[in-house]
Amino acid sequence: MPHHVKSQALSHLRICDFTGQLAGAGATKFMAAFGAEVIRIEDPTNHGRWDILRGMPPYVDDRRGPELGGPFNNHNVGKLGITLNIKTEKGRELFERLVGISDCVTENFSSGVLRSWGYDYERLKELKDDIIYVSNCGFGHSGPYEKFKTWGPIVQATSGLTMSSAIPDQPPAGWGYSYMDHTGAYFMAMAIMLAIHHRNRTGEGQYVDVAATEAALTLNGPVLLDYTVNGRPLRREGYPDANHSVSPAMAPHNIYAAQPIPGSFDEAWIAIACRNDEDWHAMRDVLVSDGCEWAANDDYGQLAGRMAAQDELDERIGEWCMRRDPFQSAELLRAAGVPANAVQTPEQRIDQDVNSAESKLWPTIRQTEMGRVRVDGIPARFSKTDWSMTRGAPVLGEDNDYVYGELLGLSESEIAGLYEEGVL
Amino acid sequence: MTTNPNPGMMALDDLRVLEIGDERGAWCMKLMADMGADVIKIEPPEGDPSRQYEPFVDDEPHHERSLFFWYYNTSKRSVVMDFDDRSNADAFMKLVESADVILDTDTYDPIGRLGLDYRQIMSDNPGLIWCTITNFGFGSSRDEEPHTDLTLAANGGFAWMNGYDDHTLPPVRGGGQQAYHTGSNYAFMSILTALLHRDATGVGQHINVNINGSVNVTTEAGSYSWLVSHSTVQRQTGRHAGVAPSMPSQIQCADGRYVNTGIPPRRPAEFGLCYQWLEDEGLLDQLPEAALLQVGAELESFSLADVFRGDNEELLAVFGAGRAAFDLLASKLTAYEFYTKAQNFGFQVGVIHSPEEALEDPHFVDRGMQVKVEHPELGREVIYPGAPYQLTKGSWGITRRPPLLGEHTDEVLGELG
Repeated sequence: MPHHVKSQALSHLRICDFTGQLAGAGATKFMAAFGAEVIRIEDPTNHGRWDILRGMPPYVDDRRGPELGGPFNNHNVGKLGITLNIKTEKGRELFERLVGISDCVTENFSSGVLRSWGYDYERLKELKDDIIYVSNCGFGHSGPYEKFKTWGPIVQATSGLTMSSAIPDQPPAGWGYSYMDHTGAYFMAMAIMLAIHHRNRTGEGQYVDVAATEAALTLNGPVLLDYTVNGRPLRREGYPDANHSVSPAMAPHNIYAAQPIPGSFDEAWIAIACRNDEDWHAMRDVLVSDGCEWAANDDYGQLAGRMAAQDELDERIGEWCMRRDPFQSAELLRAAGVPANAVQTPEQRIDQDVNSAESKLWPTIRQTEMGRVRVDGIPARFSKTDWSMTRGAPVLGEDNDYVYGELLGLSESEIAGLYEEGVL
Repeated sequence: MTTNPNPGMMALDDLRVLEIGDERGAWCMKLMADMGADVIKIEPPEGDPSRQYEPFVDDEPHHERSLFFWYYNTSKRSVVMDFDDRSNADAFMKLVESADVILDTDTYDPIGRLGLDYRQIMSDNPGLIWCTITNFGFGSSRDEEPHTDLTLAANGGFAWMNGYDDHTLPPVRGGGQQAYHTGSNYAFMSILTALLHRDATGVGQHINVNINGSVNVTTEAGSYSWLVSHSTVQRQTGRHAGVAPSMPSQIQCADGRYVNTGIPPRRPAEFGLCYQWLEDEGLLDQLPEAALLQVGAELESFSLADVFRGDNEELLAVFGAGRAAFDLLASKLTAYEFYTKAQNFGFQVGVIHSPEEALEDPHFVDRGMQVKVEHPELGREVIYPGAPYQLTKGSWGITRRPPLLGEHTDEVLGELG
């Protein structure tokens, strides 16, 4: 299917969207790529700056400002944008009319913000009986930490994801970015669509409470059951050990230093994983034929022996890995059937990996002020209603004429009046 | 036998789903099963490979005791089917015809082994949603390569992002098979998208999910710094990888545990709160820079950029005092005390819990994140982590413990007649 054809998968749905940053905006970005009409509501009194990503780097050129933030554009591709001062009486009236023609209201404010404006689920339901209201915040909307503030790194810290990303005898390495802003958005998208399917079946809308910390807690399941069933905590001597694998047990399994690539960074790394004895025997043959007689040691022939000798194996494999750049070694190992791959830099994985090109993962879109720029696409292809991305994030109020004019039926002069009164 | 905290209708309990795949798809299928879908996991006679994965109940290896298998297979039914026996083709087709959704990971190739035709199945069942999850996308030139969660995390960008300021230490994958999770998360979002389209039109389709692609678009600034400005972020201890180095944000507290301080005090009011916190703890006289916090509280508002420009000595001193105050407080308090006290002052701080500490944290206990599931064969009630989202209608629940191997073969095939 051609890339520019608008997907019909969700084109029957309209979302009245207050989300921002990534933890919320990522959810409605996914749905917009499949054709949902996502109407992003922004506050004209602060130029939409509730979403701090509006003006944040990286930038395409030397220009700066709320229309030029790279992350904001990336997370809001394909959405419509309107301005609305919800603190004004006319603003509230317009918002309420918009709710009346929407399927969902979505937000990821701190707990209680939308309620403080007078819009809790009960009020939204009065405006539209089957409305779905999905609210996403770090700790959810009840409990001792309801008022605590979070962003990605805090969600990851308090849920166990930061701690479980470490190597022995070192402090937590954590995630070098907001993994849970991405993933919290994924769970928010699931929650929205689950609620819509429920509505399709029953005719009833609902309120959904998404807490990114709870979504994060579900992502360490086997470790948690080892604790609740066997009483074995992850906080123990020698753990966490994220580059090794105990569940399932595999050895060797690590990230090793490799010969740097001339003209690139002065460090390079390779990941190698032997899933079973067969993989090890294949790797052993590669090593022995490359002059590493030590690999023929029978002690390594079976998993138990390799697990017991893991440090020794890592040291010797580490020496072998320094002979070549990580792409060359990975190629040798994979040809023998052993999982191996360079730790790719952004440039390598985005611009040099054949999989990026063949899956058309990074579409070029046009944003009104930024011009043409590449963004994160969707890593799935649909046989009938594939996604598309053509338009960048909306500049402030870019779709006021369409939404207030065509959707809500206001005349040009009425819209002009609303600008003058500071409503738009 | 089982515990469902949310009896009654569940959002996906109108769906029959076939799972024909390995661990890469198991998370997606758990997400569907825990929302009520009748997920039938078709296993080979020897069982799903992950039944052999550590850890085991009481460390006794057995295909019914893998906690890895348990976690990823709650609420499902298990049917054993040998795809090398072509006499199973009829039974398989009956299952397919009863299904709304099929998920496969291109692992068992039931279609080829049973002598069936995939295109024929799709055209005979126009409402069927069929999702394939593979390492690089079905049909990719790289899809025959051997990979694991680790090597996909390396290929797709997770590993580049995570690690330490000391670059002689390796990049870190992140714990918990997050590359596979991310592929499964995209699969579930995609299946729901196709389901809503089917609700509206009756039309199903095939979905081709790429795990490497899923990792690639889940790296925040790792990707968009390159896409937008051809700049490259590099790993730093416990905080965002950056194009340029940033200041540490992870402090060790009095009990040896760590907190993430987020962005340290930077607003005038926050310097005032910092001063008050020191006063509450009786620590003012231990911080020579304390008076600077009072200076900070009286400043006009400023931005971090004003601080990092480095030409305003007063601002630098005030900002430094805020950091020194956090360091001092952390040295006197446990990580949990530092966290809760800081949050009560309005600072965005997080205690670095281990996963089990998070599960036992009073907040998550209060919100029902500990769900009890009976395992009658072992005479035990087991606590599982709870719902990733709280729907108020049609909501989440573990409807049955993970299935024994082939537990539902007769039941399911019997239902089909």
